[in-house]
Formats: sequence, C-alpha cells, structure tokens
Amino acid sequence: MKSFKGKTLRWEWREGCIELTLDHEPANEIGTAMLEELEIFAGGFGTLAPETSACIISSARKSVFSAGGDLRELYHHAMSIPEGERLKGIRRFLERIHAVMNAIDATPFVTIAAVHGACFGGGLELALACDIIVADKMARFAFPELRLGFIPGFGGVPRLKRDLGNAVVRDLLFTGRTLNASRAHALGLVAQLAGEGEALRVARSTATQVSKYDPVARAAAKEFMKPVPHEELREEIDIFCELFTRPEVMAALKKFVEDSGPMPYLP
Amino acid sequence: MRTLEQTTREVLDLAAKHFQLPAGSLAPEDDFFKKLGIDSLQTLEMLSRLENHFGIELPDYEVQGVSDFKTLAERIQSRL
Repeated sequence: MKSFKGKTLRWEWREGCIELTLDHEPANEIGTAMLEELEIFAGGFGTLAPETSACIISSARKSVFSAGGDLRELYHHAMSIPEGERLKGIRRFLERIHAVMNAIDATPFVTIAAVHGACFGGGLELALACDIIVADKMARFAFPELRLGFIPGFGGVPRLKRDLGNAVVRDLLFTGRTLNASRAHALGLVAQLAGEGEALRVARSTATQVSKYDPVARAAAKEFMKPVPHEELREEIDIFCELFTRPEVMAALKKFVEDSGPMPYLP
Repeated sequence: MRTLEQTTREVLDLAAKHFQLPAGSLAPEDDFFKKLGIDSLQTLEMLSRLENHFGIELPDYEVQGVSDFKTLAERIQSRL
C-alpha cells in the first residue's frame, strides 16, 4: 500500500521515501485508534522496504508532534472494566504498541522523526524508535509518566538509555521536566536542529541524502549500530504492568483527566 | 549582565511579540494566563521562546505556580 489515509494518520510513498503524518485531534495522542493505524503502517514495511530508502514521521497538528499515550482513553477504558481485567487489557495494548515500535526501530531503511512542538511520553518514544531526530528549535521533549505513578511504557527508557547517558535519563524521568530542542541537541537526543517551521524540510533534505547510499550497506550499518534492546523492552512491560495495578495510578489518571490547568503534564 | 529591569522588559516585549499584542500593552504585574488566555501548549511555546532568547534552561517546575511577568523575570534572572 503506497498511500493511506486513516482517522489518525496518513502516509504516502514517493520516490523511495515514505512520509507518515500524524493528524489526530487534539494532540496526536496515541490510543487504540492510532495504534490500529500504526499497525497497518508497520504491516506494510515488508512490501515497501525493497524500494524504500527513508521514512519521515511528522505531525500535521499545530504546536505538537505527539502528546503521548491517550491517557483519557486509558482512564475511561480502565474505569469501564472490572478491576481484575485491567491488567490484561493494558498488557495487550503494550504488547501491540511495542511490536509497532520494534518494527519501526528495525526497518532496513532510515527513519527520521521531524519534530516540532511538544514531543512527550509516547510521542517521544515514537521519535526514539527512529534513527534520526530532526527538531524545530521550538520543540520540547519530556517523559512525564512518573507523575502518574508509572514509567514510560512504549519502549522509551531502553531506547533513551541506548542513545544517551543514564544521568540524563534519570533527570528526565525523575523530574518529568521538559527539555528544549537546543539542550536536546547538545545532549545528543536530537541529531539536527532546524529553524522554526523547518523540521520537515530538513528531514526531507536528509532523506534525499540518505537515498544516495547503497541500501545493503545502510541496512547492515543500522543493524550494527542500533540493536533493538529486546530484553529491556520486555522488562519495561512487566514493570509498567506491575506499577499500573496500584490504586495511586487510577487516582493520578483521574486528576490528570480532570485538570484543565495550563501545565497539566506537570503536577 | 542584564539587570532585573532589563530582563523584565525583554520578557514583556517577547510575550507581546509572540502573542501579537501592541508593544507596551503588558505590565510586569499582569497575570499572563488571564491576560493572554494561553493553554498548556502555548505556555510551552512561550517557555521555549524565553529559553532560546536568553540562552538558558528554565525547568518547568521552577516556573510552576508563577503567573505574573515580574516573578517569571526573576526566575529567568536567577539562571543568567
């Protein structure tokens, strides 16, 4: 499938490059609907890979790449089912999103996240699955999950640890603070800084450059440089599920869902 | 080194420009959430703009609870 237009995202293959655009109101939250369409997207890699050199993931939403997992859906779904069944449901969701992230992580072509605005939680985890992050200078990154009593669940910690020093990972996780693009660039999280509104253009230019090189060498280099941390990813799912069963988590989710303040991501 | 007065003035000018308000329409004591009616994403945009302008890092938790330009400028000044 060389093009697709769903309810939460769309993609188009053109001259060896797939452009995936997240477009789900209000802030590209990753819930069941986006997961289903990401699964369709990842399911097409096998067919598209031989004629693809790069894939760019960007957002059509103003001021945001992705705010992360759909916490409102998570809360309302959890409240609608018996307490004993919650864990089964969340584990199934995590298994599915991990399969998508792992597929994006391991593609033989080069994946580029073109980030502008807020890139939080699951949104940052999606960007981290990519090979290269190009960020608009107004982009901000954060892992605010600990405020809700759990850890990032879409593969974020193992992938952030793969790319950055553990001290930075601890700072981001323990404070939940947002990191600006310049700082993220200085730390090595962001590969290329772009001017305001220029991230997608820079990503396209990078994709064009990438396409000039031998695909076999490119795939071998990627496999060598960027191994998928499968064992830690499995462990992450277990830890998330263990934390999620605590009543503190539902209380924190309720507070978040009901919060209409200007900084709801930071308690 | 900027004085607090200079920093405050730059914060006000930057906010006015970012939200397309007439120069001089904002005052140090103004509550920016009420005056500008900004949401969480706009708050982050403003934070990015301030950090980029002053070349500093201003963790969100240091400005949490801050709602007037004067106090915001003081927090920025402490990072210069």
